[in-house]
Amino acid sequence: MKKYGKFAILIAIILAVMVWLATAGSGGSKTYYKTVAELGQMGDRAYGQRLRVGGDVADGSIQHRGKQVLFVLKQDKQDLKVVYSGLDPLPDTFRDGAQALAEGKMDRDGTFHATSIQAKCASKYEAKPSLKPGQALPNINSGTKASL
Amino acid sequence: MENFGSLAILLAFAVAIYAVVASVAGRIKNKPFLIASGRRAVYSVWVLMTLASAVLLHALLTNDFRFAYVAEHSNRTLPTVYKFAAWWSGQEGSLMFWSWLLATYAAVVVFTNRRKHRDMMPYVVAVLSAVQTFFLLMNNFVANPFQMLAVDKLITSVPDGSGLSPLLQYPAMAIHPPMLYLGYVGFAVPFAFAIGSLITRQPGEGWIHTTRRWTLITWLFQGTGIMLGAAWAYHVLGWGGYWGWDPVENASLLPWLSGTAFLHSVMMQEKKGMMKVWNIVLVSTTFFLCILGTMMTRSGLVQSVHAFARSDIGKYFVSFLAIGIAGTIYLILDRLDYLKSDSQLEAVVSRESSFLFNNLILLASCFAVLWGTLFPKISEAVSGDQISLDADWFNRLMVPIGLFLLFLTGVGPLFAWRRTSGESLRRNFQWPGLAAVVLVAALFVAGVRHPYALISFGFCLFVALTVIVEFYKGARSIAAKSGFSLPHAVVELTHRNTRRYGGYLVHMAIVLIFIGITGKAFNLSDTREMAQGDTMQIGHYSLHMNRMDQGENDQYQWHKAIIQVTKDGADLGTLEPEKRFYKASKQGTSEIGLRQRPNEDLYLNFAGMSDDNQRAIIQAYVNPLVFWIWAGGLVLIGGTLVCLVPSKVKMQYARTSVVGVAKTHVKA
Repeated sequence: MKKYGKFAILIAIILAVMVWLATAGSGGSKTYYKTVAELGQMGDRAYGQRLRVGGDVADGSIQHRGKQVLFVLKQDKQDLKVVYSGLDPLPDTFRDGAQALAEGKMDRDGTFHATSIQAKCASKYEAKPSLKPGQALPNINSGTKASL
Repeated sequence: MENFGSLAILLAFAVAIYAVVASVAGRIKNKPFLIASGRRAVYSVWVLMTLASAVLLHALLTNDFRFAYVAEHSNRTLPTVYKFAAWWSGQEGSLMFWSWLLATYAAVVVFTNRRKHRDMMPYVVAVLSAVQTFFLLMNNFVANPFQMLAVDKLITSVPDGSGLSPLLQYPAMAIHPPMLYLGYVGFAVPFAFAIGSLITRQPGEGWIHTTRRWTLITWLFQGTGIMLGAAWAYHVLGWGGYWGWDPVENASLLPWLSGTAFLHSVMMQEKKGMMKVWNIVLVSTTFFLCILGTMMTRSGLVQSVHAFARSDIGKYFVSFLAIGIAGTIYLILDRLDYLKSDSQLEAVVSRESSFLFNNLILLASCFAVLWGTLFPKISEAVSGDQISLDADWFNRLMVPIGLFLLFLTGVGPLFAWRRTSGESLRRNFQWPGLAAVVLVAALFVAGVRHPYALISFGFCLFVALTVIVEFYKGARSIAAKSGFSLPHAVVELTHRNTRRYGGYLVHMAIVLIFIGITGKAFNLSDTREMAQGDTMQIGHYSLHMNRMDQGENDQYQWHKAIIQVTKDGADLGTLEPEKRFYKASKQGTSEIGLRQRPNEDLYLNFAGMSDDNQRAIIQAYVNPLVFWIWAGGLVLIGGTLVCLVPSKVKMQYARTSVVGVAKTHVKA
């Protein structure tokens, strides 16, 4: 069994190095995903963490102020003021009513400082084909059930 | 038509179930007719799935917007080739594409082995058909591609569809999913053979020999798919990178890593009869990772920038995985005695141990990627918080692992079996090692201080030299014996043992890819708002905005910046990055301006207009050595194809064992 001892030691060293690499300093790599409502319940824990907050862009809330973009994310009755000051231009899908993900940190004054924004236009994913005026909303039924 | 399609997939579902039952029952009760009917059921499933696919394709190509799938993933002005690609671009279609590929693979397997492996083939058919049953279950009852748009009970249509996502309207993206799927689906075959051989307790390595080509081809498709995905990300997403550790990318990497481990460790079993349990575990792991990959891509389990529709198909996949994994574990534990190893490890510095470490590292990196990818789910289960890990985390972990693997790529093939003497180590590694040290020293003097980059370039040269020396030594001895010229002797050498030298070519490809990735350490990037006449500097390049242009066609509106590029005063012509806005899907895309050269890429992205709509936001990147990633990808394909060519001199991986002692001598 002696030779297996050597293998065991080598394997243990490799695995230990990997675990060390995976855990050391991973705090800076962590991003918490929260919805606007969940963020409200975090209290003091919300400060100092990197966060990714998801919600809907409130209608008419987008304002450009110099290089910064201000807007409000809302979910149910909760609002969150967001200041975006990243380098990248905002995605084309970012507009009133879009679902947006803001990544950044929470400030003590209650505004969220975002460094990146992702947005998707909600309608794209709900399959609402364009309708003629007066036409009822089509339901998507299973062809199998309707025809057999 | 739609009824015909629905009927075809429903029938296919029933026939696939029949194939499972008939094959297993026929094998147990020893009824050849039942077994034969199971085989024919496999062919029937293929015919039915081909018909169903034809119905969907016909609907896509003829703009039949009564189909919900067509209305969601196509529109009238979509170019024909992308209408075809829409088959695998949405949830329902891509799952049906999976089924069709699996049906095709299964039919080919059954046909090519119709007179072989009589013992285990019924189980192979049963396993493949069981997987097929699961996917047909999804096709029929969860994500039916033949759903129609209807008002109440009346089928209706829409005037035009909402179009294929413009991000997917790119040649590499049109063939990337089929490539990846050919890889994902293909691992079902070696898995089915492994399970078949396990159930019937086949002696020897029959399943490995039979599936060696399958595994290689599948692995090739997967590698090609990953490379195409990276190429797509680089050329279409406009962020200047090719790999971002996004969950969907990771999902495609996972089975490739474990598949690579499998390709190496089967050699141990063929040559030494070792690692039998391990190989079964590896091939099963790879297969289940393929299923997991399909699930991650399709169910939106983990948040991804690829932003595919979220759906509830996840729970079906989880059930399928749970049943499959539990069944496999039970089979392996039940038959451990049959999987006993024929020989043992002898020394730390030996071929065996280099394979062992290769496997350990590949599997550990596979686990690390899986952990990082699923971390939001894991942390949610443990602490209730969804926490995601960023690309830095993956890089911190994977860069050292990758470098260690690169090192093993160089030393592994030159270690002797059983144990390696100090003398042979010195002979093989002295010059490549010395050259690598000289290169690192030279780079350091030249001002390169990035530690990983130095190590990587050193290892790259080391591995490349060991491979070149291997080719040279072999070719020289052939040239000396036969009088061939050296290039001719290299071809002859490769042809005599395609597996070995094809493998070396693949290792060379890995070196090229590492060179390309290492270039990332020297990337430059800058973002500027530029009006007409403005100039910006990046690296040696000077970028001058000549003018801006805009227009529109049927498909999209576009803005274009025409930028004059000069390098150290020399005129290099113009680059024209473009921003498009697609009308049907209301999405924007970027068409980058790229000047690719072996030493570096100049990459310009038109990110949008400034807030006052006067200036263009231009993101400029200088990415050194990226060219070599794509070059390495081509060598990877070439090397794998060489491995698939049969060797001229048949290499017998015979083991020396005493089969009996001759008692009488035949008199001549």
